Amino acid sequence: MSVAQRELEKPVAVPPQRDSSRTPSAVAPYKPLLLGVAGSLGFLLIWQVFSAIGPVGSHYLPPPTVVFAEFVENLSDPDFWTSVGYTLRAWLIGLVVSSVAAIVVGVIIGSSTFLRRATHSTIEFLRPIPAVALIPLAALLYGPALSAELLIVVYACFWIVLVQVLYGVADVDKVATDTALTLQMNFWQRVRYLLFPTLLPFLMTGIRLAATVALILSVGVELIIGTPGLGQDVALAQINDDAPAMFALIVTSGVLGMLVNWLMGTIERKVLFWHASVRGGVKS
Amino acid sequence: MKTLKSLGYFVGLPIVLIAAWWAATQGGGSFYVPDPDQLVTAFRTVWLGDGFTQDALPSIARLLVGLALSIVLGVGLGIAIGSIDWVRWLLSPLLEFLRAVPSTIMIPVLLLLIGINDAMKVTVIVLGCLWPILLNTIKGVASIDEVQSDTGRVYGLTGIDRMRYLVLPAASPQIFAGIRQSLAVGLVLMVVSEMFAATEGIGYAIINFQNRIDIPEMWSGIVLLGLLGVALSVLFQIVQGRVLGWYEGLKESAND
Repeated sequence: MSVAQRELEKPVAVPPQRDSSRTPSAVAPYKPLLLGVAGSLGFLLIWQVFSAIGPVGSHYLPPPTVVFAEFVENLSDPDFWTSVGYTLRAWLIGLVVSSVAAIVVGVIIGSSTFLRRATHSTIEFLRPIPAVALIPLAALLYGPALSAELLIVVYACFWIVLVQVLYGVADVDKVATDTALTLQMNFWQRVRYLLFPTLLPFLMTGIRLAATVALILSVGVELIIGTPGLGQDVALAQINDDAPAMFALIVTSGVLGMLVNWLMGTIERKVLFWHASVRGGVKS
Repeated sequence: MKTLKSLGYFVGLPIVLIAAWWAATQGGGSFYVPDPDQLVTAFRTVWLGDGFTQDALPSIARLLVGLALSIVLGVGLGIAIGSIDWVRWLLSPLLEFLRAVPSTIMIPVLLLLIGINDAMKVTVIVLGCLWPILLNTIKGVASIDEVQSDTGRVYGLTGIDRMRYLVLPAASPQIFAGIRQSLAVGLVLMVVSEMFAATEGIGYAIINFQNRIDIPEMWSGIVLLGLLGVALSVLFQIVQGRVLGWYEGLKESAND
């Protein structure tokens, strides 16, 4: 989902000269919001009813009232916040380390035709290897520790960001490069005024994709190796046959996921405020 | 000469890396890293025999079934939700939430609800792969060019024809972007669900080797997953090239 599409979806962004009878601008702006609330409440209602009379039974599929009570109770439990903290710590460190490494490596490889051609086959082979395949190795090397989680997260996110950086470096305009050389810009000026603005939109897309993957993988590693965090809590709740706790943790992880999406979207819009995709001009 | 040069670029770095690996493991090296000979032998004995039919095939079958279901469900539901405004508004906050749940966390729940079997693993894969395809399809369908859809209406395109000649082609670049995200997610979920709870499968086999500290065998499983990932991505690119060839051409001519 690019920023451009998100912006275009807003009814406000539709130019006034369009046929207003079919475009969302003809609709009262609160209608999508109202329907969205109705849809979510309807889902909860169906869940409640299904849990009471459905074939699964309320022991394995507790109703939302029970799950949300548990969720609220968790909020005052320090252990719960410690788990959230562990998961977010692995997520953040993994994301930052992989992004920085990918930017450095990507800019170096991207600025040389020789390096780009020589590394292409290797990158294309290493990139699709699922990072979770390395979980046993991480378990053997580090045991249930933060390093194990980081190994997996960094491996997965590095390639995602690297490929975007490579695209970005390759996208620098030929005429702009020649102009910069004519103006006798030095290396750092070229990086600052030529490379950086071209690279940034690609980089932000890469980091946004990597942020989602990093969360999935931190939880996955916690689940299997037993590193402390939300994933391990869910695995423990499953062993204890505690369905309400499990569902409450899943709701928590969903809230975290949405926060991550919102945070990355906001950062992207703030950083790229000058870019056409954010200003709502053309589709990126 | 030119082909020779590109061949050199293609195999150059891999050969250097493998040589470095071989040299580094000759004097004993690390306990955790096998040398190339050991790895090749382990790969042959583990995966090119019973292992292939017992562990690799069930995994691949589950992955493909999960992906196929996700594509059919995602595109089908996506077209339905995307073409009707009020349905889209009704469901979009809910879908955004469901998509934000990191899919690996669903594995213990489904284990509890469904039990350890193929249905659970396929469900896990579908629950992870569905969202990128579904949300991309909704977006693609909802943002069809107005001139295009008006033209379609003027020509009296309705029902199946409208789907076949207007909606699907217009949304296909977005749909393919969604499918590409799903491939990676599907592979991750296949492996994690097998590592967490299974009696066969590639993920189960790798975890088993890890527990028995069979280092070369464990690495051979990692290599197999790597090959599987590469194969999937090559296959996807071929299909995408076939189906979206017109779109790539359009983009190129627009850039000129």
